[in-house]
Amino acid sequence: MSTETSTAVLTGPGESGGRPVEPATERRRTFGAWFREKGWRHLVGVVTTLFAIFPLLYVLSAALNSTGTMAGSNVLFSRIDVGNFEQLFSDPNRPFGKWFVNTLVIGVVTSAATVFLGALAAYAFSRMRFKGRRFSLLSLLVLQMFPQLLAVVAIFLLLNFITDVVPWLGLGSQVGLIMVYLGGALGVNTYLMYGFFNTIPASLDEAARIDGASHVQVFFTIILPLVTPILAVVGLLAFIGLSSEFVIASVVLTDPDSQTLAVGLYSYVGQQRSENWGVFAAGAVLAAVPVMALFLYLQKYIVHGLAAGSVKG
Amino acid sequence: MRTTEPPRTLPPKRSRTRYPTDSIGGLLAKIILLGIVDAFAVYVLIVLFMQEKWAVLLLAAAVTLLINWIYLRRGGLPAKYLAPGIFFLLVFQVFVMIFSGYVAFTNYGDGHNSTKEDAVNAIQLSAQQRVPDSPAYRISIVEQDGEFSFLTTNPDGDVSIGTTGDPLEEVSDAATDSTGKATELEGYRTLQFDEVLANQAEILEVTVPFSDDPDDGTLKTSDGSTAYVYSPTLVYDEAADTFTNTQTGIVYTDSGDGTFVSEDGEELGTGWKIDVGFANFVKAFTDENIRGPLVQVTLWTFTFALVSVLSTFALGLFLANAFNLPNLRGKRIYRILMILPYAFPAFLAGLVWSGLLNPEFGYVNNTFFGGADIPWLTDPLLAKVSVLVVNLWLGFPYMFLVCTGALQSLPEDVNEAARMDGASPWKLFTTIKLPLLLVSVAPLLIASFAFNFNNFNVIYMLTDGGPRLPETTANVGATDILITMVYEIAFGSGVGRDYGLASALSIIIFFIVAAISIISFRQTKALEEIH
Repeated sequence: MSTETSTAVLTGPGESGGRPVEPATERRRTFGAWFREKGWRHLVGVVTTLFAIFPLLYVLSAALNSTGTMAGSNVLFSRIDVGNFEQLFSDPNRPFGKWFVNTLVIGVVTSAATVFLGALAAYAFSRMRFKGRRFSLLSLLVLQMFPQLLAVVAIFLLLNFITDVVPWLGLGSQVGLIMVYLGGALGVNTYLMYGFFNTIPASLDEAARIDGASHVQVFFTIILPLVTPILAVVGLLAFIGLSSEFVIASVVLTDPDSQTLAVGLYSYVGQQRSENWGVFAAGAVLAAVPVMALFLYLQKYIVHGLAAGSVKG
Repeated sequence: MRTTEPPRTLPPKRSRTRYPTDSIGGLLAKIILLGIVDAFAVYVLIVLFMQEKWAVLLLAAAVTLLINWIYLRRGGLPAKYLAPGIFFLLVFQVFVMIFSGYVAFTNYGDGHNSTKEDAVNAIQLSAQQRVPDSPAYRISIVEQDGEFSFLTTNPDGDVSIGTTGDPLEEVSDAATDSTGKATELEGYRTLQFDEVLANQAEILEVTVPFSDDPDDGTLKTSDGSTAYVYSPTLVYDEAADTFTNTQTGIVYTDSGDGTFVSEDGEELGTGWKIDVGFANFVKAFTDENIRGPLVQVTLWTFTFALVSVLSTFALGLFLANAFNLPNLRGKRIYRILMILPYAFPAFLAGLVWSGLLNPEFGYVNNTFFGGADIPWLTDPLLAKVSVLVVNLWLGFPYMFLVCTGALQSLPEDVNEAARMDGASPWKLFTTIKLPLLLVSVAPLLIASFAFNFNNFNVIYMLTDGGPRLPETTANVGATDILITMVYEIAFGSGVGRDYGLASALSIIIFFIVAAISIISFRQTKALEEIH
């Protein structure tokens, strides 16, 4: 199972180095000693776990309780039915199904393209030497300081202009939104991948080239398979980020049919929080489940990527 | 060539190596892809040519040529790999950055969103008054593609059709009823009486000009069956560049601020976009309505980002330490459950917590506090606390993961030596582990600070910036950070949208974040040199 393997990585090499504790000594120890060594850790673990999962339990409970109002959902799991979910899919003004598909499509297309564009760039930076290489790497770092969020007005005006020229790429267009997102495809992603690419011995691709492989063949058949972990990390982090992206999506996608979950679900409770609460909660659960499942499934890669990032700086 | 990376994996002579030429398949793929790009480019160029947008046309042509040059020439391999990513980067990151800079120096926004020519037209169309004793036109309301048009029969019996922005045009093949009123036209659907009633509001809005010249007047209806002639009350004098009100005789002149203004200082509603120099920046720092909130918001933004980083880091580090013990039972379960908030979409977290903290119906008040009415999100101070707690919930798992990774990579022998020397666990932690840890984690803390500085979702979804500040008419609240304030100014529902001011604030935020990042990265470099 995925959790088994992933936690094996989580508990990593640092801990396997610890000395084994003999069960006999443990049994002889007093409660006080046990608490000082381990007990308080369990206490901390339980308290933090409750803090971490309590809002998640709450939203799950509200989703399964079709009384629908916020007040009605205050006793956790007092009722369990799927009325909210039925209602969620039956409101033509709030096409939840479409939002879901839109989010998936935009998220998958953008993160796949992000990974591909980033990998192309990382390959060039890692395997080729050219004029302006150092400068380009530095510029990428500097550009990251200006998040697209800050330029949302300019993005709106640019897309407004594009609407006049190519309507299906401008405001209201998902393709347009994907292109905007791809503006951030390089940057941090390239850095993450570049570091990882460098750990693949260059002798591998040299050998392939001596055998007559072209640079494209080296890239697709030698490098890419070897760097799959980092591709997964970048793709997943991109997808998670995109599934929560609200500002640009809310400005670009105006028609309810084309909106994403973030924009659509916000409209559910943006004005009057307590009324549609149950249906919103159902939508929230459905929106969160795929992302969380993906996260848990791939967490060994993520944790590894984060840890690597923190250690190397 | 010097590079940032240690050269060990990379033999220096790489640039001289020749790759074999592409295979047939590769060549074919290249031709097809480049063909698609070029076909699209040509299409765009033609549209731009038709619309006479010369500057953009030139730019687009240059980009197209550049792309072809990169992929058609023999050498320049790195460019071939970098071009796609850099293209999007340049258009949607660099260009919009520069464009933000430009917009910050204009009065772009509601009432100022086009050229002067468009503004003059809009003013003429909007200020219309019924011409006294003008003849009545009998009309039928017809619809095509969801747009309503007037099928008019003038007093002489001539039939024409027209709609908003599309002047009257005579038609000959309309069907008429016994009174001679035109009722149907091919390609259009005639609305029945009840449909007219149902679409009343839209039909009242229809303004059909007689010709392309707004001075000729327009037709409007109030009952859906007769239309009357309306003529502009504001007449534009092209030579003098002024508007004159035909009834009051007041003259409106170009004020230089992108509007027409009378001598009494009365402005006409529609203006146009002009360059205003530093006016937006000056406004941000001097306008009573903005300066006060801006200072408040800036201070809160710093507090929010700093406290968020410190609280998540402290909790994350504490947990990482607590669970950095071999053979702790249930460790895996704790870890998985604890990182769940990190996997939960951030925008949903804000909304869910806003429900939990709802003063009337929320779980926290009703269950934890036995029905107390604690204004978690509506009291300025409590709202700030709530925002910080929710952000702690969202952010601590990340720090926990990062710190766990960093702790495990610390050299074990240093610990061992310190323990031998009799150092207490606390001493060991503060003097050995923490400094070593900071070296590796500091860049991530800075990145986290920069992220929280612009952490739009948690604020917008939880409190929407509220509660509102009492001392300003601008739509700014106690928990607004700079980026939510910018969004509110640019796209909010309150006062008119002001793109210029919003962009100016964006630029200011950028400089703040950039300055902090540069300074703190220098600091961490120093940190690295110490150890």
